[in-house]
Amino acid sequence: MITEIAPAPERVAVEPARPRKNRRAWDEAPRWQIYVPLSIYLLFTLIPFYWILLFALRPAGSTSLVPWPMTLDHFEKVWNERAFGVYFQNSVLVGVATLVMTTLVALAGGYALARFDFRIKKAFMLALLCTQFVPGALLLVPLFEIFANLRMINSLASVIIAETVFQLPLSMILISGFIRNVPYSLEEAAWVDGCNRFTAFRIVVLPLLRPGLIAVGSFAFVHAWNHFLFALMFLSDQSKQTIPVGLNTLMSADSVDLGALAAGGIIAAVPVVLVFAFIQKWLITGFSAGAVKG
Amino acid sequence: MAQAAAVAKPPAPPRRRRASATPRRLPYLLIAPAALLMLGFIAYPVISVFYYSLQNFNPTKPWRNGFAGFDNFVQIFTKDTQFWDTLTFSAKWVIVEVGLQLLFGLALALIVNQTFVGRAVGRALVFSPWAVSGVLTSAIWVLLYNSQTGVTRYLADMGLGSYGTSWLSDTSTVFPAAIVADLWRGVPFFAILILADLQSVSKDLYEAAEVDGASRVKQFWHITLPHLKDAIVLSTLLRGVWEFNNVDLLYTLTGGGPAGETTTLPLYIANTSVDAHNFGYASALTTVAFVILLFCSIVYLRLSKFGGEEK
Repeated sequence: MITEIAPAPERVAVEPARPRKNRRAWDEAPRWQIYVPLSIYLLFTLIPFYWILLFALRPAGSTSLVPWPMTLDHFEKVWNERAFGVYFQNSVLVGVATLVMTTLVALAGGYALARFDFRIKKAFMLALLCTQFVPGALLLVPLFEIFANLRMINSLASVIIAETVFQLPLSMILISGFIRNVPYSLEEAAWVDGCNRFTAFRIVVLPLLRPGLIAVGSFAFVHAWNHFLFALMFLSDQSKQTIPVGLNTLMSADSVDLGALAAGGIIAAVPVVLVFAFIQKWLITGFSAGAVKG
Repeated sequence: MAQAAAVAKPPAPPRRRRASATPRRLPYLLIAPAALLMLGFIAYPVISVFYYSLQNFNPTKPWRNGFAGFDNFVQIFTKDTQFWDTLTFSAKWVIVEVGLQLLFGLALALIVNQTFVGRAVGRALVFSPWAVSGVLTSAIWVLLYNSQTGVTRYLADMGLGSYGTSWLSDTSTVFPAAIVADLWRGVPFFAILILADLQSVSKDLYEAAEVDGASRVKQFWHITLPHLKDAIVLSTLLRGVWEFNNVDLLYTLTGGGPAGETTTLPLYIANTSVDAHNFGYASALTTVAFVILLFCSIVYLRLSKFGGEEK
């Protein structure tokens, strides 16, 4: 105990000379305690990425550990012969449509949850939470039946609807949290100035929701882009399938064409990486603004 | 028509009054699209799963279809050894995955929450697998694990292990191999959530602790961890449910093999309904899975006293 207390006065004594920033406890970790574990973890993170790049860029049959001589044959092959060009279009369509639908529907619902007290609100909130326990994977059969009845099997609409539905509850909870963080008085001030509820929302609230909406929207996009099972089940026509299904087809072939698989994987990753790079800074602020605090 | 009506309305004053009073029907109108979608595509399927669980329903054997009472459930609990095997594996998978993901995710979040040169790049890089799909994760790890040109080949070149080893087709190595693949993608999820929550810890607390001479380890145990508790409980719960339900990775990486070694309960259900077309039985299995999940979640929330202390 005594040894622990002893250094404190010393630190206090040095304090005034130092800039404020250096006084903060979390700044005092020795550098090696940051860089050593971080580097080890970075290796674990990056080797798999390097591996897939390596396989995508080196010629078939090569065992070199550097992608040289470099070739783009695998990309050309997978894009044209394995129809990844078509899959890519389908995936973009599914992703963007899911993003738009999820954001709009969740925005409307989230606003109602944040700003109104109404009779079924509690029941509705509970239902939203419960859906988190309902696995889409276990509902494949009844969902298939529903879409068959709606004549939507083999149409991208089925996948878009399914992805939206399962993305909605969480998005709505998040968005209502973001809206709650915007003071109601701002909106009321706009009403006094003659705006109706919708205009007040559009002019006053919507701009403040931007980081949150970007986070939620990108989640919806990335999720729809990545998700595999609904597309696998509902789309049988090859011209309708999405990239994850295409990857699965490549993997489940008898002799896996590793080069094509790697190139396909990179094509699958590029849009997501771009989205991710773009939203990075919004993501953390978006989360801390509403999500975790609930 | 709508335009004409809007124009015909008297201008500002009544409108302003309507806006400030709480309109009765507006909240219902606003949640209607979400509610309808969820009723149609979540609630209805759930109810139909419960309904089919009491039926013999198999489109390939229509002569046996009809009401079955609790026959399906009796069979699950008394005769179906595959149910118990897959349930055990699911439990093992969820506990190991979520436990390790939390551990590494927490460590990672604490590290990248420090101020250091290259923090932004470091964060972006260590978080990047978060965005990678289950199928793509499988593709990447299939490349790493394949027996001819995978990691084992280069290890064998260096004299470690033997040529032609495939970790995914050996029953003794498939579990750790799949665990590592899923960790790669799962750790950033925890790291991101925990980092977000770390940023809301009041800095005054640390300064006060500093003045009192508390070590950094003590500060972690007495300030950081209690603050993170709710976020940790919630994220482990959501992740646990997610890991239990998710089939993308194992379906594509191992297909539940070798020899059914990595078949989770949802994979078993998917096989029962999709390959064997035994919808009635699959529905009964699904019902059981729901109940187990719900029960575990309630017990977990109770045990962790979620949100109980401060509120």
